[in-house]
Amino acid sequence: MTLLAASKYRWGEAILRQLFFVCAFISVLTTVIVIGILAVETSSFFEEVSVTDFLFGTEWRPLLEPKAYGILPLLGGTMLIVVGSSIVALPVGLACAVYLSEYASDRARNIIKPVLEVLAGIPTVVYGYFAISFVTPGLRLVFDDVQIFNAASAAIVVGVMVLPMVASLCDDALRSVPSSLREGAYSVGATSYEVTARVVVPAALSGIFAAFVLAVSRAIGETMAVTLAAGATPNLTLNPLESIQTMTAYIVQVSLGDTPSGGLAYKTLFAVASVLFTITLVMNLLANKVMRKYQEVYE
Amino acid sequence: MKISPSTNGDSLGHRSASLRRRHVVASLFKALCIGFTLFAVSVLGLLIAQVGADGLPWLDAQFLNNFPSRFPEKAGVKSALYGTLWVVSLTALIALPMGVLAAIYLEDYAPASRLTRVIEINIANLAGVPSIVYGILGLAIFVRFFGLERSVLAGAMTMSLLILPVIIISSKEAIRAVPSSIRLAAYAVGATQWQVVRSHVLPAAIPGILTGVILALSRAIGETAPLIMIGALTYVAFTPEGPMDEFTALPIQIFNWASRPQAEFHELAAAGIIVLLAVLLTMNALAVLIRYKGTQK
Repeated sequence: MTLLAASKYRWGEAILRQLFFVCAFISVLTTVIVIGILAVETSSFFEEVSVTDFLFGTEWRPLLEPKAYGILPLLGGTMLIVVGSSIVALPVGLACAVYLSEYASDRARNIIKPVLEVLAGIPTVVYGYFAISFVTPGLRLVFDDVQIFNAASAAIVVGVMVLPMVASLCDDALRSVPSSLREGAYSVGATSYEVTARVVVPAALSGIFAAFVLAVSRAIGETMAVTLAAGATPNLTLNPLESIQTMTAYIVQVSLGDTPSGGLAYKTLFAVASVLFTITLVMNLLANKVMRKYQEVYE
Repeated sequence: MKISPSTNGDSLGHRSASLRRRHVVASLFKALCIGFTLFAVSVLGLLIAQVGADGLPWLDAQFLNNFPSRFPEKAGVKSALYGTLWVVSLTALIALPMGVLAAIYLEDYAPASRLTRVIEINIANLAGVPSIVYGILGLAIFVRFFGLERSVLAGAMTMSLLILPVIIISSKEAIRAVPSSIRLAAYAVGATQWQVVRSHVLPAAIPGILTGVILALSRAIGETAPLIMIGALTYVAFTPEGPMDEFTALPIQIFNWASRPQAEFHELAAAGIIVLLAVLLTMNALAVLIRYKGTQK
């Protein structure tokens, strides 16, 4: 009787174990399905548009005649946002991290860390609103020829948006540098700047690099702020004061309209999403790999 | 390095020009770091001031109780607020058990195999996939393949996939923080693996898990792009009654108002943002409270 009960119980254990495994495996399934959908729809897109036209064409006009399917204007728009937001987020984020880990008292840290967490938790649509209601009017006061929708405004708020992530990841990297390294440098008479710039930052470089890559990857995938503030004009330009369109904003634009499912315009959605997904995936893999490596070194 | 033999008392007077310069550089550097940090902190203040100035005058009971309207003075967020609450509740029902069970598997059950490693790396990378890609996944799978249309359920399932990696990662950390001595003691008196997990690991890890879950859910509340992708940006003048009803959500309503050219609608967007931030703040306060209660034990 007790034996029977015991064997029954083990069955329960085995079933639970399988159930837990399925839950964990769903994440792998998600990735497989995403890649599957993107691959199928993109390959059927490439039956109608050649790969070279898509990757190297300089005109993106999939919804109007004469149609053109060159992704470079969208990629260029995204890059403009990436460069602009990096100019804001990387130096400021790293400086915040240096202040937090090298200079700040515990009290200052206890104030600044939560503020950064709140900034990180603010929904992206709110940053989009901030861009059009505050940053764009501000830019128009300073420069003459700023268009209502422009890349600069979106890039600035995207920079502010990824800044907390950069600060927090860099802070982790700097704090994982053993304090003996700092003390050694101070004891031979180095100033705080020399300790930071020549000892601590170089020692944490891989973590800082990973943080920068993740920040760029997030800026590439950022959607709502660029949709609201950067405009909907596929435009291959280097001028940040002009209206542009990013890959993400294009995807939103198509899904807002009544694009019939199955048509070529509908398939552009998946082709653009494939490019977006591939770029961010490569960057995330790279950053995670670098981070794992550096964690192994210091733990 | 050459050490000067004449190290007499007043070293300040004998500081070389180069040493002075090095200290100036160090102070400038410190000032720069403080300045940049103050900039980051002040952005939060600016943002709140801007939203408050634009939105507060529009915030009243009518705003909370009215449906969206073409006329700014009659427009409200009732359907959006209810839609958000519906989506978040369903998302919690779906993502919470799945995420926690997956974390239990990875921390306590998974063998140190290649497959486990693949799952771990995959989860870390999924956390960085742009949310709009999840929207495309939701559109293709839930809306079209399963035929759920623009329902609350389709939105909640899409959001669940989006926040699952976040929940799994934070739950894993909470479970890992449970000392292994607790597990070993339970095993030593003959408990099975599930008994150990259910009666010892989970109770100890619950505050940490809940904190992570709430933070993940607040991310779901603020996400806009995936819901736009599955087609939730429509004029909805009713509150959902069940999981198959159409819906709109707060961030979508905010996006809708903010993308109109008229200034009144921008101010409505700001008022909507205040409501959204209030919901988020409530959730975060809850998370802090749970963390506090958890550490008290």
